Amino acid sequence: MKGLKFIIAGIVFGIIMVKSEAASWYRIQEMFRFQSFHMYGVMGTAVVLGIIAVYLIKKFHLKDSQGHLILFHNKDKRWPKYIIGGIIFGLGWALAGSCPGPMFVNFGYGYLTMSIVILGALLGTYLYGVVKNKLPH
Amino acid sequence: MIELIKQPWSWYASGAAIAFIMVLLLFFGKTFGFSSNLRTMCTIAGAGKTTSFFDFDWKKQRWNLLFLIGSIMGGFISATFLKSDQPLQLSKATIADLQALGISFDGGLNPTAIYNWHYALSAKGFAVLLGAGLMIGFGSRYANGCTSGHAISGLSNLQLPSLWAVIGFFIGGLFMTHILFPLIFS
Repeated sequence: MKGLKFIIAGIVFGIIMVKSEAASWYRIQEMFRFQSFHMYGVMGTAVVLGIIAVYLIKKFHLKDSQGHLILFHNKDKRWPKYIIGGIIFGLGWALAGSCPGPMFVNFGYGYLTMSIVILGALLGTYLYGVVKNKLPH
Repeated sequence: MIELIKQPWSWYASGAAIAFIMVLLLFFGKTFGFSSNLRTMCTIAGAGKTTSFFDFDWKKQRWNLLFLIGSIMGGFISATFLKSDQPLQLSKATIADLQALGISFDGGLNPTAIYNWHYALSAKGFAVLLGAGLMIGFGSRYANGCTSGHAISGLSNLQLPSLWAVIGFFIGGLFMTHILFPLIFS
């Protein structure tokens, strides 16, 4: 089955979110209170290694598993949406203590009440799609 | 091997593991970005019939939905086979601050004071959890990405817009934690 590798990657991702404690409400609170280096270390390491990896992929014109050149797209530069949307996201992130990946990981972990957060996230996404054209971007 | 995974992970091993997932998806020809799944799920539920934002070929995102299913399984596997014997090493200052808000530290990933059905189905608890989700869903689509798409994929590709988004995430998170938490909890 062609999709199996994505399920396996997802399983590994879920385990990483739990074991790194990035899926922990407590750790997110600790981060926003600047009371531990843990989450900054996790994200900092991921970004530094990510920058090196992306640089090497571009430099050596590496190809993906289907043989296509790995391409990167530049994001649209108009900035208001990133700041406004980012702030709204941040408010929810601190309150729920989970971002979109970890909310599903936590559900699988056994925090079944996370389903209410997931329901909210789906409604929020839908709401955005409905009012999108009326918002500043 | 299992024992090695079971113990709490250092920040550098954790960060390296997250970068590995991003690179792995690049080699699968995909881009790491989790919140896109929320849009895809709206499309599958039929939102594309009335709203053009959801009218796209969701089958191109099938891989990401499989990744999502895997992540739920990964959470289950972690809880069942990979649980550490030690409580989470949360800083004492955070434990004290949360205690003052009436949220006691129970050593788990998430506070049972918030994530229990009794609270979740009370008027206030339901509003807190649903409201948090609403802001996450609305904000991630508005900002065109969440922690994975911007803080990991975007920053790794040195995208300035992703830095704006991450700054936004922190402004929102700090405001919620320091200004709104005392009003919501306690």
